[in-house]
Amino acid sequence: MPESPTPIKRRNQLVDRNIRDTVGQSSVPNPRMRCKNVSVYYNFGEKKAINNISLDIGQNEVIAMIGPSGCGKSTFIRCLNRMNDTIDGCRVEGQILLDETDIYDKKIDVVPLRAQVGMVFQKPNPFPKSIYDNIAYGPKIHGLVQNRQETDEVVEKSLKRAGLWNEVKDRLNQPGTGLSGGQQQRLCIARTIAVNPEVILMDEPCSALDPIATSIIEELIDELKQEYSIAIVTHSMQQASRVSQRTAYFHMGDLIEIGPTEQIFLNPLHELTNDYITGRFG
Amino acid sequence: MNNHTNNDNVTVRTIDLVQKGLARRYKSEKRFKMIGLCAIIFSLLCLAGLFVSISGSGYTAFLQTKIELDVFLDPSVLNPNNLSGADFHGLVKRSFYNMFPEVKDRREKKKLFSLLSSGATYDLTDFVKANPGKIGETILLWVPADDDVDMLIKGHMNRDLPESERRLDDVQVSWITRLEKQAKIEKKFNTTFFTAGDSREPELAGIWGATCGSFYTLFITLVLSFPIGVAAAVYLEEFARKNRFTDVIEVNINNLAAVPSIVFGLLGLAVFLNFLGLPRSSSLVGGLVLSLMTLPTIIIAGRAALKSVPPSIREAALGVGASKTQMVAHHVLPLAMPGILTGTIIGMARALGETAPLLMIGMVAFIVDIPAGFTDPSTVLPVQIFLWADSPERAFMEKTSAAIMVLLLFLVVMNSAAVFLRKKYEQRW
Repeated sequence: MPESPTPIKRRNQLVDRNIRDTVGQSSVPNPRMRCKNVSVYYNFGEKKAINNISLDIGQNEVIAMIGPSGCGKSTFIRCLNRMNDTIDGCRVEGQILLDETDIYDKKIDVVPLRAQVGMVFQKPNPFPKSIYDNIAYGPKIHGLVQNRQETDEVVEKSLKRAGLWNEVKDRLNQPGTGLSGGQQQRLCIARTIAVNPEVILMDEPCSALDPIATSIIEELIDELKQEYSIAIVTHSMQQASRVSQRTAYFHMGDLIEIGPTEQIFLNPLHELTNDYITGRFG
Repeated sequence: MNNHTNNDNVTVRTIDLVQKGLARRYKSEKRFKMIGLCAIIFSLLCLAGLFVSISGSGYTAFLQTKIELDVFLDPSVLNPNNLSGADFHGLVKRSFYNMFPEVKDRREKKKLFSLLSSGATYDLTDFVKANPGKIGETILLWVPADDDVDMLIKGHMNRDLPESERRLDDVQVSWITRLEKQAKIEKKFNTTFFTAGDSREPELAGIWGATCGSFYTLFITLVLSFPIGVAAAVYLEEFARKNRFTDVIEVNINNLAAVPSIVFGLLGLAVFLNFLGLPRSSSLVGGLVLSLMTLPTIIIAGRAALKSVPPSIREAALGVGASKTQMVAHHVLPLAMPGILTGTIIGMARALGETAPLLMIGMVAFIVDIPAGFTDPSTVLPVQIFLWADSPERAFMEKTSAAIMVLLLFLVVMNSAAVFLRKKYEQRW
């Protein structure tokens, strides 16, 4: 496999589109999470959604997953905090390591796992409760706060972190569902960081938002990577190029190519990646 | 002609084709609306017809004909220390005969006294016991008239019919006419109907016993079926794995909801009465049987309500690390509650109107006493309606309608509560 970041005559050097092995550097030193040969089956093994994917998520980096619809990127990201557990007939094979332990190990409890690996969803989904309660819920159930004062602090800190504090500080007792779409999504991000996770998974967090709300969230992601490792699924290649340091291209359940974002978008190594980023997919 | 060009090579615009079909589209839309409107008007008319017919024949039951008696509370008859043994019956008799001094014949006297209800004695007894200080005075007391008199006064009995076709003969009618002239007979508000239990005498029969019975029965039903139903719905919907076993359970619950209620009555008879030996005719057993009947309804409504909670809320809760139980208890169940409550109240309303299974467990017995607890023999409103509708006396006809009105009132209240609860919790956010 060519590893050179600057192929000169790239069209000649592209990997043929029939070869479905992963191209590029999938591992990083000191990863936050390390996935080894992950395959996911739906419908009790009838349908294979993703096939033998190995991928590392580094410390304090944003890794973007791109690819056409149905390519398995959402499925993959949902494996990382075992959200797929809720789907009947879904089976995950392979290893996903967090702190050197397999999160699919029988001994692992999903509740602390999800406190460690938080998730922001495609559609803003605040609880139908007040803004305050939305943020306070996570810390409360995990016992991170003991009294009202601590809760207030966590709520304020999280909302500030999500850049929402100034907009909502006077109406913390109003329903979170009454906010605009972009504010709701930031509320969901604030809710996620309120439990102080180590990894944040974002599944197309901006697909329901307008460009202004999107840019606010992108700035937020950029800031959050100081403290967290972030895996983001997106349909927008511009977004991937703006926010991420590494990008993974998925196609029909396979991880086709992974590498530094710049390289993926400027000098892809695989024909399929090239087709997708140049809009000639199909 | 194709969509874009015709033979003259003139382009046919799509909009023209759309315009052409527009009238027809609007017409069919209008027709569809009319059908819906007609259906609603028809059902409203049926409902109005039902209400009018029932209240038309039932409103008279809220009035009761009473006769004014001048009673001399004879101290020689009434010993304040031994009122229970006093001859109140004789006192009433004497007072009534005094109003018609010309009636001497013993048979005539009997006919005269039959104009009064046997409840007159009880009323006098109650009065004296409440006011022992009045002994020695002459008091005015309105006592209930017999149901035949009541019917005559209310116009349900025709005075012009030949004597042989009336339940009151000419002499009795003439006495009543005389009382009317003296303004000693009058229709008054029928408090007895709302405070008494059942009775063989229509003028003494009341709905309160059945209402209490219904209340106790429904209380048992609610206390049993709501928590069990909600727990079952939550488990099946949120925790149980979807496999053949849960499929079988689901089919069976749906089947149970459709089982004729009489079958539940037979089950109650076999299990609760014969096997467990619980008291017959009691609201406890009635409630047990009705909760068996209501459970499937609540489970089905509960599952539907839980299903309708958006999955995004579940993901949100799980995403911040809530356990499955926390997810259900903190988020899913509160959001599903309005739907569950609506289903529960509809199930309870059905239970309130249920008759057949209660017949099987003896709640159809003639019960005069007002039940004071869950194990007392009692009856319920629909069974009371059934019993009265079955009684031969003309006066029970209006009582039947009045009881139906009371039952409908309860149903309206319960269903409005369902709507209110749904509105209230839906608008919370």
